[in-house]
Amino acid sequence: MNSREKILAAVKNNQPAQSKLPEVRSFLKPGTEVLEKYINVLTAIGGVANVVNSYAEIENIVRQEYKEAQRIISLCNELPMPGGKEKYADPHELETVDLAIMNAQFGVAENAAVWVTDDMLPQRVLPFITQQLAVIINRNDIVPTMHHAYERIGDSDYGFGVFIAGPSKTADIEQSLVLGAHGPKTMRVFIL
Amino acid sequence: MDQSNKDHALLAAQFNEDEPRVNWHDETLWWVRSKRDKAAHALPEWEQLREVASQIKHNVLSNLNEYLLQFEEKARANGVIVHWAADAKEHNEIVYALLHQNGISRIVKSKSMLTEECHLNSYLEQQGIEVTDTDLGERIVQLANEPPSHIVLPCIHKKKEEIGELFHEHLGTPAGNSDPKFLANAARLNLREKFLTRRAAMTGVNFAIAETGEFVVCTNEGNADMGAHLADVHIACMGIEKIVPQRNHLSVFLRLLARSATGQPITTYSSHFKKPRKGQEMHIVLVDNGRSVQLGRADFRNALKCIRCGACMNTCPVYRRSGGHSYHTAIAGPIGSILAPNLDMRKYADLPFASTLCGSCSNVCPVKIDIHDQLYKWRQVLVKEGYAPAAKKMAMRGMTFTLSRPGAYQFAGKAGRWVMDKMPFIVNNKLNPWYKQREMPEPPKQSFGEWYKKNRKEV
Repeated sequence: MNSREKILAAVKNNQPAQSKLPEVRSFLKPGTEVLEKYINVLTAIGGVANVVNSYAEIENIVRQEYKEAQRIISLCNELPMPGGKEKYADPHELETVDLAIMNAQFGVAENAAVWVTDDMLPQRVLPFITQQLAVIINRNDIVPTMHHAYERIGDSDYGFGVFIAGPSKTADIEQSLVLGAHGPKTMRVFIL
Repeated sequence: MDQSNKDHALLAAQFNEDEPRVNWHDETLWWVRSKRDKAAHALPEWEQLREVASQIKHNVLSNLNEYLLQFEEKARANGVIVHWAADAKEHNEIVYALLHQNGISRIVKSKSMLTEECHLNSYLEQQGIEVTDTDLGERIVQLANEPPSHIVLPCIHKKKEEIGELFHEHLGTPAGNSDPKFLANAARLNLREKFLTRRAAMTGVNFAIAETGEFVVCTNEGNADMGAHLADVHIACMGIEKIVPQRNHLSVFLRLLARSATGQPITTYSSHFKKPRKGQEMHIVLVDNGRSVQLGRADFRNALKCIRCGACMNTCPVYRRSGGHSYHTAIAGPIGSILAPNLDMRKYADLPFASTLCGSCSNVCPVKIDIHDQLYKWRQVLVKEGYAPAAKKMAMRGMTFTLSRPGAYQFAGKAGRWVMDKMPFIVNNKLNPWYKQREMPEPPKQSFGEWYKKNRKEV
């Protein structure tokens, strides 16, 4: 018997009598103000929220706030930047990206996460390897909790999907919070 | 660090030699526990979430063999290569073979308690493979040649000055600089070079979804993603109990995990790996290593529900004051103390006794594992199986004799009170473990029995 068969046989032999799966409810409090909640949580976890009305406004903020960024990749059609829509066969080509601007499918109010899937990215590594990250979500695309988030994701197919909540961080040295561990040092969310 | 044949009480005594440091360790972890409370109390549905999570995990355990088969089938259909390892040795050999086939001699690895359990690093190093741990805390303990002392906060036992010295020695940072921001940035620059040049990345697995064949890895630093998305070969290792039936069940576990661990509403990254990217190889190693045996132990199988949040450690009065290394096993604290004896009763017979049985661990556990009940039950199993130390066995026999004979009991009480009163030096010395770090109490003038007899007569 190989290990696979051995493990499966032992598991089958030792597992307890079948118990039922519980129902997962959404636990939604009525009257939850998702936009306000989203902004508060994002700020608390070290991110920045900008509520904007147009792409022109986003462009202005980008120009103002990222003056030192040399290499910017924008995946957003409405915000054309040099080098935005190129194909990168090798993820290592993204090593020197200073700022990545991308759309996300939706945001989650309770934890300020945004959901991004690999079909929206030239390479999966982009939102991690970039020094700074800016994400655009539609203000109607904020769901209250993770239950609603997975309802929305449903059984959609992707190769890779990720919830991103704020800049990368570590508190491994004496519990002192440091923003910018291995991924982006900042995260800005434009709420359109 | 050699931690074999060690004893929790002895190791804890060493840790306790530096009292200010113990206080600092204690307060730091209590602070993390307080953050967990704040996050948990902000959700009115917290207790319902814990109950649902526990029930989902119960269903997983009751149907694990079907879920494993389903997961394997889906993962294969997604283009992932699935391996099965019966024990730590086989796990290590599978990983090495994959690296060897690809001609890879240097890898990056993000946090995986399973690889700690299997002692993968030392095995790979013996085969000439260089392993770089990329979680900052794990990198720090790796440079210090120590194991992690906490599953979520691997170097919680280290002072920033010690980390500054380590970085000065290994990364060339200026001597005497111990600013956390500066040190974290030095590690960022150093590890970025490793991410960019290593062709294989290993990660752990937080949750594996039977219905879709995908697996989820949670980090704050982004190190798992930096490794996996840059490498040609991604190897993810998981214990067979990491299965969750459906994707939407992640909503329950992701709501609980980070809040329980650090008080965050979610980790920065919750990465769902489903298919390898174009040109990449993705492997999953499913590891048993004693889990199927534990599944058969009705009193202890619930420990397999653990999602590795570390809340039980942060709240434990013994862990906070004895340090993670005193548990001499990969997973320290209350949960480690009920997992380890399953692997080796002789080696870990001391751990279920490293507890006050206060029950705080069970109260904070996000999947409602009956941790303190299991600690108590393990004690009985270990004594019955003959793993209790000789001195304890003798003492217990003495207690049985005394407590079952009223005459002997009354005499012993009287003798004890007399000795403490007239010859206190007999108990106030190093030979008496109860005298360690505390004064003996004033002996009462009479026993309760004597008091009762006297007062009853007077009525």
